[in-house]
Amino acid sequence: MDKIDRKIMTATQAGLPLTAEPYQTLAEQIGISADEVMQRLKTMQENGIIRRIAAVPNHYKLGYQHNGMTVWDVDDQSIDALGKQLGALDFVSHCYHRPRHLPEWPYNLFAMIHSKTAAGAAEQIKQIAALLGSHCRSHEVLYSTKILKKTGLRISAKNVSP
Amino acid sequence: MDKIDRDIINTLQDGFPICPSPYKQVAQHINITEQELITRLEKLLETGVLSRFGPMYHAEQMGGALSLAAIKAPAKDFASIAESINAFPEVAHNYAREHALNMWFVLATETPEQIQQVISKIEEKTGLTVYNMPKIQEYFVGLKLQA
Repeated sequence: MDKIDRKIMTATQAGLPLTAEPYQTLAEQIGISADEVMQRLKTMQENGIIRRIAAVPNHYKLGYQHNGMTVWDVDDQSIDALGKQLGALDFVSHCYHRPRHLPEWPYNLFAMIHSKTAAGAAEQIKQIAALLGSHCRSHEVLYSTKILKKTGLRISAKNVSP
Repeated sequence: MDKIDRDIINTLQDGFPICPSPYKQVAQHINITEQELITRLEKLLETGVLSRFGPMYHAEQMGGALSLAAIKAPAKDFASIAESINAFPEVAHNYAREHALNMWFVLATETPEQIQQVISKIEEKTGLTVYNMPKIQEYFVGLKLQA
């Protein structure tokens, strides 16, 4: 990433302009051509610097009231194979191996689930438990009760290196 | 929210084209005009149905870092603690959850070292212990929620 990529990032991290030609709008803000903006965005997408250009919905407003962070205490030896299996379930949006904080936090496998009904969420948790079987010692589900902040990634302009 | 809004949300969760008139291209796909798409998108963002629309940057690929962290916020101070924590620009998301660890937030910083620095600042500001849970391995990030 160079200085111009950083400028593109700073100009778009709050969102893409809602103008008929958004890349042209960005180009004018940054002082380069629209072709260059598009080329650089494509390159950043290919390199994985940009995961994708897309809309992120608020789960609650789409009716997904039951958003649970399911956390599981599983064998360290089996966690990679199990994590991949959980990640492949169609209702899991994020799945990670994270560190335990013993003794009070024994969980090392995290999977986020989303459902419109409590019964649906319970069914999803049952499916995960069945999949983990005896590899899992204990688990908990932490439902979110409120979004306190959701701005996405922000990098302040003052940190853009010259 | 009507069927057109749902079509817009479902289509735009998948991705957005990089071409001179991308809204026009998407609008044609869902059979509305470019202007209607832009107007509806403005509304969906304004009303918070969409929390954002644009490029999703990958912190680690840019040399930055992400972490998930949690605290036990006493119920009586919950709102003011949320406010203090949300004031940090490095806090990208923050959720209230039902648990003794009742506030969970994602930190995004430009360098891996800054994660610990922000955590120290949050601990100093709130007087609470921050449980840092950076990912050891990522198995999946994705999912489209059907609108």
